[in-house]
Amino acid sequence: MELLNEILTMTLLTVRDVLPIAVIIFGVQIFVIRKPIPNLKRTLIGFVYVLIGLALFLVGLEKALFPLGKVMAEQLTDPAFIAQGLSAELHDAIQTVRWQDYKWTYIFAFAIGFATTIAEPALLAVAIKAHEVSAGTISVWGLRVAVGLGVAIGIAIGTFRIVTGTPLHYYIIAGYIIVVLQTAVAPRLIIALAYDSGGVTTSTVTVPLVAALGLGLASTVPGRSPALDGFGLIAFASLFPMITVMGYAQISEWKYRRQEKRNQRLNSANNTRPNEDVR
Amino acid sequence: MLVKFGELLKPFLYSFRDLVPIIVVVGFFQLVVLQQAIPNVNEILVGTLLVVIGLALFVRGLEMGLFPIGESLAYSFARKGSLFWLLSFAFALGFGTTVAEPALIAVAKEAAFVAAQEHIIAETREAMDAYAMGLRLTVAVSVGIAILVGVIRIIKGWPIHYLIIAGYIGVVLMTGIAPEEIVGIAYDSGGVTTSTVTVPLVTALGVGLASSIKGRNPMVDGFGLIAFASLTPMIFVMGYGMFF
Repeated sequence: MELLNEILTMTLLTVRDVLPIAVIIFGVQIFVIRKPIPNLKRTLIGFVYVLIGLALFLVGLEKALFPLGKVMAEQLTDPAFIAQGLSAELHDAIQTVRWQDYKWTYIFAFAIGFATTIAEPALLAVAIKAHEVSAGTISVWGLRVAVGLGVAIGIAIGTFRIVTGTPLHYYIIAGYIIVVLQTAVAPRLIIALAYDSGGVTTSTVTVPLVAALGLGLASTVPGRSPALDGFGLIAFASLFPMITVMGYAQISEWKYRRQEKRNQRLNSANNTRPNEDVR
Repeated sequence: MLVKFGELLKPFLYSFRDLVPIIVVVGFFQLVVLQQAIPNVNEILVGTLLVVIGLALFVRGLEMGLFPIGESLAYSFARKGSLFWLLSFAFALGFGTTVAEPALIAVAKEAAFVAAQEHIIAETREAMDAYAMGLRLTVAVSVGIAILVGVIRIIKGWPIHYLIIAGYIGVVLMTGIAPEEIVGIAYDSGGVTTSTVTVPLVTALGVGLASSIKGRNPMVDGFGLIAFASLTPMIFVMGYGMFF
């Protein structure tokens, strides 16, 4: 019964969030375009599915993932856990942090960044669209893995930055330079999609867990303030997917070219010595 | 009968597969690294089931509702040729979907708290609420402008990277002159603006426009609206920070 209540409340909240969008769309359709919506019934059912689906998704996350994930983020950044591997006297003497002591935090950041991105519905939507538009050249799964790796690397570096306390903007500017350089050499078809994948990665699943991780770190690492250092992880998570998605396209192109070349060589080899086994 | 049942089950299997990485990561860290038992196993099982059903429904709804309506709007606008209404719609869509975005509301609140602690604004509830509201409106306007500029880009066929690089230069310049406390929040605000419902809709709109305008390639020109929507808030929020 309580579960049903939660689902109902969440559905109402989702409706409230989607209402402005619905008003704009249907307003434009009725007053500007002045034509009935094609397949109105199907579209409306689709909207209802989206609303209920999102509500169930969010209630489920709050039941299954968020409580455990947040506690986990706190425990992994807790000084008591970090100091576990150290000897007793070192433990007492610990005043300054060594970034090496936080290895499990980085690994957790990497793993949870990847895992939550794979489950991110907005990314799934963009991947489905990209698959459709590219006539299958871009695979739904391949794009999601590329973006997931980007978020994973981004958040791992982001936690490293919080531990070491180095300025955020150096990393972001360095990332920008890589993006600009890659843009010059990456296949032209992927560029817009790669830029988009920066923005879609961080929503319902990733943000709450990543925020908990950043805040946990910034409030337990000596010398960091949660207000100043707790931010910035989301920025990392939206920057690095651009790099990995362009990289994914570059690798695919390189592989394709190599295959082409090999085929050509095979063909010419076949032409000159048709009876020899080329392998 | 069996085949049909399998077809029915397929979307749920796909959704479940999407969750496997999370289950593996959380399980590994809880059992192996932290060496603790998993608490509330029943809750977690029910929650996971809800997530699987929710994700499957969402994907079905995307294909039935969100994608078609985004595309049909794009086609209608392109056929009607009313630039004014298309641009108004683009701005309204960006502004309207962002201003009520829960993630943005949370970040704005947090930012107001930080500003009060750093004595940039008075430590009263009114001052903090006003600051948070101002920040939300700033981000919403910037996303509205982003979608508007993005739509103009699709119509004109401008290469996306010039605009993005110009935006990056804007971000770097603003970072140099904006107060240090706002920089982290500004960078994060770029990521939180695009919600799960906005993304499919805006993507369908962009791809639909690019496919219905002659000479545009949906792959090259259709994507990129989200990229603008995550870039402009950074610049605008740093600008907002300078006025306080």
